[in-house]
Amino acid sequence: MTELLFNIDDLPVPFKPGQTILEAAKAAGVFVPHLCHHPRLKPHGGCKLCTVVVNGRTQSACTYKVAAGQEVDIDTPELNAMRRSLVQLLFIEGNHFCPTCEKTGACELQALGYEYEMLSPHFAEFYPADREVDASHPDVLIDRNRCIMCERCVRASRDIDGKNVFGIAGRGGKATLAINSPTGKLADSDFAVTDSAAHICPVGAILVKRNGFATPIGERAYDAHPISDSVNVCEIAEEAK
Amino acid sequence: MNANPNGKPPLKVRLATTSLAGCFGCHMSLLDIDERLFELAGLAEFDRSPFTDIKQCGPCDIALIEGGVCNSENVHVLRELRANAKILVAVGACAINGGVPALRNRLKIGDILDKVYRDDSGEVHIPDDPELPASLDKIYPINEIVRIDYFLPGCPPSGDAIWKYLTDLILGRVPRLDHQLLHYD
Ligand code: SF4
Ligand code: SF4
Ligand code: FES
Repeated sequence: MTELLFNIDDLPVPFKPGQTILEAAKAAGVFVPHLCHHPRLKPHGGCKLCTVVVNGRTQSACTYKVAAGQEVDIDTPELNAMRRSLVQLLFIEGNHFCPTCEKTGACELQALGYEYEMLSPHFAEFYPADREVDASHPDVLIDRNRCIMCERCVRASRDIDGKNVFGIAGRGGKATLAINSPTGKLADSDFAVTDSAAHICPVGAILVKRNGFATPIGERAYDAHPISDSVNVCEIAEEAK
Repeated sequence: MNANPNGKPPLKVRLATTSLAGCFGCHMSLLDIDERLFELAGLAEFDRSPFTDIKQCGPCDIALIEGGVCNSENVHVLRELRANAKILVAVGACAINGGVPALRNRLKIGDILDKVYRDDSGEVHIPDDPELPASLDKIYPINEIVRIDYFLPGCPPSGDAIWKYLTDLILGRVPRLDHQLLHYD
């Protein structure tokens, strides 16, 4: 059988039928930025960091299937500038004070900021004041101020852990991470630190307690290497925990 | 800058620095360029800065601003620097997004003052000496108050990052930080 090929940034790349652009690119060792995508979860298509141009039209690489002969642009100045703007919008929408965040250095959002040379958040800060911190659980802390609503935890809890602990409630600026328990507190849900949802957050919104500085700042996953150095982004961040 | 046909000493850029609502960590980091301070002294002379103790800024080329804007005096100083400097650089996390001081932004300033200045008997004595700058409702990143030309992130940016960025600017290059030097923490 002849090998199936499509083109990434003008270079031919093999793929298997049924693969998404992100999966095929990753198999070929090509980095596609992403936040809501995780290899263990069903595609979500929410963050748009993975936006690529397919035969002249923008598509999400994490949901769009490859076809033979497709021309896909991934690493272009225009797309990278758009990605930088998306990262900036995510920063100003929450309270992202990296120096005070346990996740710093191992955070995928921050690492994408570095990747696209974000030097400032550019837009006016929202400084949301009504997002609750939930420290009720003995082993895990939730800081909603850093949640980017990627729904990785929602999908992991529902589809891998079989528990359905998380959901996104509300709309637009009022959207927030909701916890499925009588009180809305994590401690009163059946969540456990052994759940995959406890380890899947790309940012510092779900943090395992007593773990924060086990790896010193400056020696963390993306301190050493840019996020684009590896296609196995999520695995690296999780191992680093 | 290197052209020196008449044997005159080369022109130096005039540099101002200030710390607004910051911790002086960025200024300490500037001193961390160590022996390169001599090289800097060959390239630049200081105007208003904690290093010179000059209190009012004159016309200058580059102003480095540490810290966000938390009170009326910060606004005044920032506007003075904007009026006098050709290039304003936001240095460090606080200047760029408010940083640690901005953790107070989720609280109302009235509630904070009430809490801080309430004595044991329950009476509130908020200082109102006109000499004291008034607190703003929240901490603002400096680019929300005046136009900022360049941003140098880090908490603080390392001496190496400051040196790279500053020498790029002084020598007329587009300032850039590679992965090792670019940090938000
Ligand atoms: S979650 Fe990431 S981007 Fe946000 S404050 Fe923490 S390290 Fe910074
Ligand atoms: S808590 Fe983390 S994993 Fe869950 S939606 Fe927010 S950012 Fe995503
Ligand atoms: S990774 Fe594709 S939309 Fe988030």
